[in-house]
Amino acid sequence: MSGTMNAGARRGIGLLADPLILSGLVLAGLVFGMPLLKPVFAALFPGLDRPLYEQDSFLNLTIAHVVLVGASSAISLVIGVLAGVFVTRRAGREFRPLVETIVATGQTFPPVAVLAVAVPLLGFGAAPALIALAIYGLLPITEAVVAGIESVPVGVREAARGIGMSARGRLLHVELPLAAPVALAGVRTSVIINIGTAAIASTVGAKTLGLPIIVGLSGFNTAYVLQGALVVGALAVFTDLAFERLGRRLDRWKRDSA
Amino acid sequence: MIQFEHVGKRYGTSEVVSDLSLSIKAGEFCVLIGPSGSGKTTTLRMINRLIEHDSGRILFDGAEIRSFAPEALRRRMGYAIQSIGLFPHWTVEENIAAVPKLLGWSKAKIRDRVTELLGLVGLDATTYRGRYPQHLSGGQQQRVGVARALAAEPQVLLMDEPFGALDPVTRDALQAEMLRVHAASGTTIVLVTHDMDEAIRLGSRIVILDQGRIAQAGSPREILTRPASDFVADFIGRDEMGLRLLSIETVGERMRPGEEAAGEPIAASATLRHALSLLVSRAADRLPVTGADGAPAGVIHLADLTVGRP
Repeated sequence: MSGTMNAGARRGIGLLADPLILSGLVLAGLVFGMPLLKPVFAALFPGLDRPLYEQDSFLNLTIAHVVLVGASSAISLVIGVLAGVFVTRRAGREFRPLVETIVATGQTFPPVAVLAVAVPLLGFGAAPALIALAIYGLLPITEAVVAGIESVPVGVREAARGIGMSARGRLLHVELPLAAPVALAGVRTSVIINIGTAAIASTVGAKTLGLPIIVGLSGFNTAYVLQGALVVGALAVFTDLAFERLGRRLDRWKRDSA
Repeated sequence: MIQFEHVGKRYGTSEVVSDLSLSIKAGEFCVLIGPSGSGKTTTLRMINRLIEHDSGRILFDGAEIRSFAPEALRRRMGYAIQSIGLFPHWTVEENIAAVPKLLGWSKAKIRDRVTELLGLVGLDATTYRGRYPQHLSGGQQQRVGVARALAAEPQVLLMDEPFGALDPVTRDALQAEMLRVHAASGTTIVLVTHDMDEAIRLGSRIVILDQGRIAQAGSPREILTRPASDFVADFIGRDEMGLRLLSIETVGERMRPGEEAAGEPIAASATLRHALSLLVSRAADRLPVTGADGAPAGVIHLADLTVGRP
């Protein structure tokens, strides 16, 4: 009886040793348990009347943040993959320098500037934030898709053509699966950058985890800033680890023997 | 099976293949050989339209190859290359199944075919079918490459220096496998190489190319005994000529049946070159010969190797 309990306990501790699960628990703890930390923040910042951000729940802010990053990354991903595939086809090869320049330019703009330009055009709220983030996340994805497709060995391409695969078949079954691990690294970079950048989007009225940070900064409430930053940080770490896990699945064939 | 009629190919101003006419018969093992830049790989790749010819006609099974869709044509021809090009994210089984899958074979049929092919190329099916290519040695990878090329029972097998990157021992083993595969399947094979010994060993016909033209085409024996030009004689290698002549004949063809001699015997199916090597290394002037059943069949004398040479 006690033996099985020990085994169960050991398995529990083993799960905690998995950084992905651990960071997930930390994230969930911060999102759901922030009110419980109110006394801690009160003790840390005794001069503040309201030591806990309570205008909105951290759950709502997190969901809004994740939706914004998810939607903008999905747009970047679709455009980035299409652009990357296009410039590696024979028909699109000439456009490659142009596409690379445009995409690189997109990233040299500071996101705050893109937001500032987008507001007069699109108004306040989630729309300018979505566009700014999508543009900002495009470069790492496009670059990585191109690099991934180019990493497919010449012999593999020639064999695929030589045995009679169609252009579409070669792209879908050979080039993209082999490019996926490299491309995923670009998506990972893009998403992680955007998790941080999305916080800034609260300056134009988008609801994100940046809201407590912005409100805290303008109202000299360091506790708010800290609360927002903690959740953003935990979200970034958890997402990064999740991508790492996904990447290991995509290039399984590099390690497994069966 | 494949016919070239006055075929030409040029890149810009340089003519890579010019006025090439060649007829490859069904079941033939045709080896294209020549120095680099002789157009041998271009010639091979024109057959499955990886390179399009500029002039003349190429016929496959009686029809101009342009009358086929390139993909459909390629699926009827196996293709194996020096860099092998196995799909690294697919298992051995999935790699071999590539063309049958494109052709829409049933799962059961594909499975059986994979088992059969792994056996044919000398790999244990249960051990290797689930492995990924990078867990295989170079020789094993090329065996899988050959199996993939043969998977859909192609009418023609095209091979571009398939053993060029392998070590001599592995290359030797794979050449022996190829002869066995050719004999067992009866597939027409067109193979490109720059290795004369490989050409002599494998080819039922050798086509020597020089600057995009055929310098000579014929059986290994014809080419070795009657080189058509100085270029061919040089290319065969004047120093090696005698040894190469010995390598196209077997001990059985020249032994003295019924005689007996002492010592370790040699098989009647071995080449005369092998016999010479044994004679020299043993400092002997004769060797006992055994037949296919292992029983004594006769004796080969050192002098027998040179009798009747032109």
